[in-house]
Amino acid sequence: MTTNVMIVGVGGQGTLLASKTLGKLLLSEGYDVKVSEVHGMSQRGGSVVTYVRFGEKVYSPIIDKGEADYIVSFEKLEAARWLEYLKPEGQLISNLQQTDPMPVITGAMAYPENLIEKMEALDVKVDAIDALALAEEAGSSKAVNLVLMGRLSTYFDIAEEAWLKAIEACVPSKFLDLNKRAFALGRNR
Amino acid sequence: MKELMLGNAAVARGLYEAGCQVVSSYPGTPSTEITEECAKYDEIYCEWAPNEKVAVEVAFGASLAGKRSFAAMKHVGLNVAADPVFTMSYTGVTGGFVIGVADDAGMHSSQNEQDSRHYAKAAKLPMLEPSDSMESLQFAKLAMDLSEKYDTPVLLKMCTRVSHSQSVVETAERMAPEIKPYEKNLAKYVMLPGNAKKRHPLVEERIQKLTDFAEKTEINRVEMGDTALGIITSSTSYQYAKEVFGEKASILKLGMAYPLPVKKIKEFAEKVDRLIVIEELDPFIEEHCRMLGLEVEGKSLFPMLGEFSQNMVAERLGASVDMGKSLDEVIPERPPVMCPGCPHRGLFYTLVKNKCHVMGDIGCYTLGAVQPLNSIDCSTCMGGSVSSIHGFNKALGAEGEKKTVAVIGDSTFMHSGMTGLANIAYNQSNSTVIILDNSITGMTGHQQNPTTGYNIKGDPAGRVDLEALCKAMGINRVQVVDPYDLAACDKAVKEELAAEEPSVIISRRPCVLLKYVKPQPALHVNEGKCIGCKSCMKIGCPAISFRDGKAVIDHTTCVGCSVCEQLCPVNAFER
Repeated sequence: MTTNVMIVGVGGQGTLLASKTLGKLLLSEGYDVKVSEVHGMSQRGGSVVTYVRFGEKVYSPIIDKGEADYIVSFEKLEAARWLEYLKPEGQLISNLQQTDPMPVITGAMAYPENLIEKMEALDVKVDAIDALALAEEAGSSKAVNLVLMGRLSTYFDIAEEAWLKAIEACVPSKFLDLNKRAFALGRNR
Repeated sequence: MKELMLGNAAVARGLYEAGCQVVSSYPGTPSTEITEECAKYDEIYCEWAPNEKVAVEVAFGASLAGKRSFAAMKHVGLNVAADPVFTMSYTGVTGGFVIGVADDAGMHSSQNEQDSRHYAKAAKLPMLEPSDSMESLQFAKLAMDLSEKYDTPVLLKMCTRVSHSQSVVETAERMAPEIKPYEKNLAKYVMLPGNAKKRHPLVEERIQKLTDFAEKTEINRVEMGDTALGIITSSTSYQYAKEVFGEKASILKLGMAYPLPVKKIKEFAEKVDRLIVIEELDPFIEEHCRMLGLEVEGKSLFPMLGEFSQNMVAERLGASVDMGKSLDEVIPERPPVMCPGCPHRGLFYTLVKNKCHVMGDIGCYTLGAVQPLNSIDCSTCMGGSVSSIHGFNKALGAEGEKKTVAVIGDSTFMHSGMTGLANIAYNQSNSTVIILDNSITGMTGHQQNPTTGYNIKGDPAGRVDLEALCKAMGINRVQVVDPYDLAACDKAVKEELAAEEPSVIISRRPCVLLKYVKPQPALHVNEGKCIGCKSCMKIGCPAISFRDGKAVIDHTTCVGCSVCEQLCPVNAFER
């Protein structure tokens, strides 16, 4: 059995650090792991997606429509965009943050309203969280990624110490306390 | 030790373990991290070259001197390097010489999706094609061995999903290859026609020997399962096929893209009822199978375009796929955009305001072509803007010269913009070239280049002076502007378009994402003052949105560049 986690967001939000941490953690837990990232042009404020897959033996590095057990979204609209990748019984964790994409900024399109409620109306399991507020409480708006990792950790049967060890291995030491605070705020919310 | 490694990092590890000593590359997504990771090994001399042609020539020089060497590039970079590569196929090597080329099916970050396997066939060079990180490491090492054994440069073909996926690798110690002392060998290395005529037959013989290798090597492996369906595949397509079929199909997994085996494929075909080829982009393996007279399906089932996936492979072969739920809602696209505070934005706003035709180039600033600026008229390849503006202006005369500019980044100008500028200076068009100098190679993720004054390790290095260079090339009018100063940009563009001679404007300000660039405090909008005129929205800054009839600034992304402030008629922006 392969478990599929998608991390989606807006280029520049720190999705790569989240997937790096998760990959390291899952490898240390003894799983075969594949993590597929997007670098380059899409990172410039575009919609970005990282796939994390783990299990006994993983072949494909990507996750397809209807395959994700978890989607962690750094932004509401991105949660809606990637929703069809979630298994019908899958779990969505979404930040409540709204970042307008360029067609909305130019006035060509409207940012859809009540996205979380509309997804819940489809019987999607949604765990909505104001990760930006918690990140700022931890000390920096840039720590949204660790708040969301903290939230994700509550769905996994992996000891908190193992998560913290993976974070220590991936985060520069001067930002470690900040990131641990952010992780704890997401986990214990 | 087992660790999770990016495909590109695994190539670097393989090169390290193989005793590679010299690496020279030009950055290009998705190949860039190979060279960045090589630079972390002190035993490897590593550099950014100004372009891919220079990079392979540097690596060739190191091979000539007896050392194992490597150059990495993206697929379109191999076009730039193709000239030397085709002839290096004739000379062969002394030390092992491997060229990494990363294709970008799906065009995540590229201007086309050409299939590099054709280069292997055209230049008569062996090409290895890994399908995950462990193979990336192993194939990099094998490529070095093959290079020396068969006296040939070897191509190592990556793709976005192999380069940018992490999977588990097991590492080993670095080996010390035998160093061959340099010996002059005119007949082998001086490709005068008389010598080249003697080398060409050796190239043809080499391909025969490599075909024999392809028949025997374990990297072309058969995984027998159910024989109703036989799949020939490679690279990530192999992973998708395994994901869908597991043991329910038989698979011939090709780790060597060229030359392809003959006997091995025929034998496999005989064992299965239905033979299909799963490969992204062109029908390279499929055409080989047809040439062997085999009945095979490939592009009749699978597209020539874009990336594949497990669902796509399953659906095209008649399997059902479970879909997720989706909202009955129009979701606005989120295309990539110039970052908040990007120094290119002010310059592009100026070009829009002056209704300029803009010959574009390759870099972050290609994003000047997207909404709402829509500023760029054409963009094809590295350096193309500077050459094309000359042709455009020669064709239109003053009508073109008074309205048209070329825009090109500092790194792209060093890559292949200089030759175009020499042509402007030599053949005299009144062209205006704008060098967008953000003091870094931006789009590929901040690599140093000859104009930055630092090398790949971040240590001080030689520095090309752009103003002096342009003047030395015969451009008399060279001026520098700060793109955050809209009035200065407007003045400079108007002056140089009016000038009756070639000119260069250097729009200079470091990329706002560089660590040493300290952001200014975020601006905010005084709601009482804002009249909702949307003047500030014209620049397409992702930090500004419009809510309830007023402009709003996202304080988490605004870097206080003040370009929006200069457009506000009522001074509603405050610090």
